[in-house]
Amino acid sequence: MKRLTALILTFGTCASLYAQDGDAKSFNIDGFIYTVAALSAIGVLCAVILYFVAQKFKVYEDPRIDAVEGVLPGANCGGCGCAGCRAFAETCVKKGDLSTLQCPVGGNAVMSQIADILGVKAATASPRVAVVRCNGSCTARPRTNRYDGAASCAIEAALYGGDTACQYGCLGHGDCVTACLFNAISINPDTGLPEVDDDACTACGACVKACPKRLIELRKKAPKNRKIYVACRNSDKGATARKACNVACIGCSKCLKACPHEAITVENFLAYIDSDKCKLCRKCVTECSTNSIRELNFPPRKVAVSDAATTPEKTAETVTDTI
Amino acid sequence: MLKTFTKGGVHPPENKLSAARAIETAALPTSVFIPLGQHIGAPATPTVKKGDRVKVGSKIGQPAGFVSAGIHSSVSGVVSKLDAAPDSSGYPKPGIFIDVEGDEWEEDIDRTDTLISDFNIDGPAIIAKISNAGIVGMGGATFPTHVKLAPPPNSKAEILLINGVECEPYLTADHRLMLEKSRETVVGIRLLMCALGVTKAAVGIENNKPDAIAAMRKAATDGIEIVPLKVKYPQGGEKQLIKAVTGREVPSGALPIAVGAVVSNVGTAFAVYEAVQKNKPLIERIVTVTGKSLAQPSNFRTRIGTPLSALIVAAGGMPSNTGKIVCGGPMMGRAIASAEMPVTKGTSGILLLDADESTRPQTLNCIRCARCVEACPMSLEPYLLTAVSEKQLWERAENENIMDCIECGSCSFTCPAARPLLDYIRLGKATVGSIIRNRKK
Amino acid sequence: MSNLLTISPSPHVHTGDSVNKIMYRVIIALLPALAWSVAVFGLDALRVAAVAVASCVAVEYLLQRFILRQHPTVSDGSAALTGLLLAFNVPSSLPWWMLVIAAVIAIGVAKVSFGGLGNNPFNPALVGRVFLLISFPVAMTTWPSPHTADIDAATSATPLGLLKEGLHRGKALSELMPDLPSHLNLLTGQTGGSLGEISAALLLLGFAYLLIRKVITWHIPVFVLGTIFIFQGILWECNPVRFADPLFHILTGGAMLGAIFMATDMVTSPMSHRGQLLFGVGIGIITVLIRNFGAYPEGISFAILIMNGFTPLINTYVKPKRFGEKK
Repeated sequence: MKRLTALILTFGTCASLYAQDGDAKSFNIDGFIYTVAALSAIGVLCAVILYFVAQKFKVYEDPRIDAVEGVLPGANCGGCGCAGCRAFAETCVKKGDLSTLQCPVGGNAVMSQIADILGVKAATASPRVAVVRCNGSCTARPRTNRYDGAASCAIEAALYGGDTACQYGCLGHGDCVTACLFNAISINPDTGLPEVDDDACTACGACVKACPKRLIELRKKAPKNRKIYVACRNSDKGATARKACNVACIGCSKCLKACPHEAITVENFLAYIDSDKCKLCRKCVTECSTNSIRELNFPPRKVAVSDAATTPEKTAETVTDTI
Repeated sequence: MLKTFTKGGVHPPENKLSAARAIETAALPTSVFIPLGQHIGAPATPTVKKGDRVKVGSKIGQPAGFVSAGIHSSVSGVVSKLDAAPDSSGYPKPGIFIDVEGDEWEEDIDRTDTLISDFNIDGPAIIAKISNAGIVGMGGATFPTHVKLAPPPNSKAEILLINGVECEPYLTADHRLMLEKSRETVVGIRLLMCALGVTKAAVGIENNKPDAIAAMRKAATDGIEIVPLKVKYPQGGEKQLIKAVTGREVPSGALPIAVGAVVSNVGTAFAVYEAVQKNKPLIERIVTVTGKSLAQPSNFRTRIGTPLSALIVAAGGMPSNTGKIVCGGPMMGRAIASAEMPVTKGTSGILLLDADESTRPQTLNCIRCARCVEACPMSLEPYLLTAVSEKQLWERAENENIMDCIECGSCSFTCPAARPLLDYIRLGKATVGSIIRNRKK
Repeated sequence: MSNLLTISPSPHVHTGDSVNKIMYRVIIALLPALAWSVAVFGLDALRVAAVAVASCVAVEYLLQRFILRQHPTVSDGSAALTGLLLAFNVPSSLPWWMLVIAAVIAIGVAKVSFGGLGNNPFNPALVGRVFLLISFPVAMTTWPSPHTADIDAATSATPLGLLKEGLHRGKALSELMPDLPSHLNLLTGQTGGSLGEISAALLLLGFAYLLIRKVITWHIPVFVLGTIFIFQGILWECNPVRFADPLFHILTGGAMLGAIFMATDMVTSPMSHRGQLLFGVGIGIITVLIRNFGAYPEGISFAILIMNGFTPLINTYVKPKRFGEKK
């Protein structure tokens, strides 16, 4: 408020000086004093009015809300289920219990900071990461028609099954890329499929909601970003699925039998690996006859399995599509 | 001065290539696929199983709920399987496959062409017969007719409007029907009037079909007025037709019954005639097969479930430069991925577009020329609805009346920057619609 | 697999009209007036037009190609149109380098920096023009005499300039009238002024062409000119000694050019007819106010720019009357 008054005064003085300078050649000191006095009076009056108005409409707010908001990432991604970070902070303070609240972006570190501010205990959630469950690249999944509408997955999905024979697969217009506030998803120009940058991904879930084919899942994050998942959502019968895409899951259930941890379920001709139960033993991967189970960021296998299973250039860093 | 609706509208090239071709009866297909959901509302429940023998007109699907319609076999033969296959939505939908054997009809169906113009039957009985015959709106909307004929208790129908506008370019099915079956259609209109309990009916026909106007005028009886209309798309839209013929505006969000009107298609009126007077369920319809490169653009009377490819062959075969197959007219029809889809109750035409006609022009920046605003028959602002849908500002979209959009396509048609306006508006409409439905719960 | 079927949402047909066609049609509509100004002012007029068009196109191309690294869109004709309109708004004696500066301001500042065609809030040609008017007032208000008129002087003032100057000196309108061109001369363009504004008749011919080709609708020009006519008419009715007659005002100066070609710029005018009414009336009123009471003899370019500023507001609050709108 002081700053405002000062600003008004300065501005007024300058304005009056300028006006004086512009109109008359001689400098009129009386006029100058009047102008300054009048503008100062207006300034003081405004300040007084503002002060009383501010008092009148003052709303008490828990100072802890500001403190909580301060430690939040400020991404306003909505991944917590609240409309932005401020709303999440309000919810935390109001509830006073963090067991059901989680900021997916900040993760456990931020949640424990919030817990300190509020003097309660935070629930630790295992960090998650977005995974795109389609591997139907341009070569694996031939086009059956040409889509010529607006470049939006939502629009194409509402219109029809898509420009390949697989109605479950990725459409590749990048609705997930647009939805991601952290630049963690990009479309690979070679495959036409989205790829998640595991380190940038905060598991806010925006892409999960944006994908009309429900291809993206938040899966448990494993050390070194290792993951094993069924990169397919095709629940057509095996023959139909295979015809549409070389790497489709045909629901043969071989992986189901191979899994020692009961992490795999097969429903509607489609296998699913539960990331909370999966111990990343990699046994299912070699069983899969259509290569629809992907293992990522693993070191190369020690023992060569069956056909062209191992490629020599596999390193810990390369994305190892198991062949 | 001819009547028309006042706001917006466009004039796409008419291209009524098959207007002079009389309706031909298409050959019986060797097998049919009859989808269970050929109407708005719940898909029918199948009442046959694999291996069952059916006749033409046998009921094979029972309506599943009030807003639903029964399905009848359009051929005689054996049910080969109950399975899902893609329909014009592009997604597989459940249906019944029948292998055709002979052409044996149910006994009570009158197959002759004799006109039966007198009837002695009351409204509820007519509605029951319509419901039994599985009749839905034949203009393309496929809303079950018996539901439309039973207005909510607190409203009263005053006038029946018959849509003979056929404002979609290329299509001529309704035109030929009015020309060749005008007396039967008029009997159908009288039956509909009786079912609704109204004494007035008006048939709106665009002025580019003078022969149909003359034929319908000749056939029309007391209480049925034939109203020639100035050619303008989308005059066949329910609200636009009511405005054009009666001058009344259906309020935003309301049904035509709010201004005392019920709108039905001429094809529906003809189907009603056949159902009530001839006991014939809805197993056939008139389909225009057309396209600039097609050897013989034609109008076929064809059995429901016939593969579109069979009709294309009958019209001279698929031209080699075909780039797009549209089920329906070019303004509102659906592009389909394969011609192996069946004719359904709502298939008014098959349009084959050449490769050079099938690609959209390149999209440029919006130059705010306001042509979409000018063209919109609902006086919406398509450029704005598109922008807010793209930015996912659903609340704003709702406040800008996105739900009033009738998806006629005039905006996209007219846009000089070739922007996909309707694509985004449709997305916005679907999203806002689901938000509204969730709110009501 | 080149013969895959195409799938897209409806509609499956398009008018075939395009942004390019719109721009080139407007340029065609301007050509008669350009031809007349060449006849009146000689090859100087052609020189000004050529320099303006070339520099606008060049500025847009260079900016998009080398600064923004986009695909240049000069072929859409909008930059050429801006250049031509800019030329129409300056005297034929203007030096070439001023035109280049105006092109940089019009295209660079007023158009490309906002995101190119469709995103500029203000009419680029008018921004360029007003920039010149304020920066080089003498060059912008020194009007070569028309070759066709029997005036010996090399330069002459515009009718509006004469009027303002005369009234300022306290002369009555009746004394000034003999010096001013007749209405017929204004209509046919036997008068001094900017390149394109002199012949009201040929501008009206262009208007007719635009209406027939459905490039613009009648609304904005009629609202602007109608407002000028009515408002000026009221003033004239009240005090015919002080205020000129309304017909003089709509025939002279930039009224026709502004109303038909500048105010109707699609990008910067409102979308609904109701909004266009408000927009046109606003332009008319501001023009009449500036012409009769302001410091400048002509005010339509300021009026249009001011109303351009209101366009987003008008678009937000003035909606078309919806079908079936509840009362």
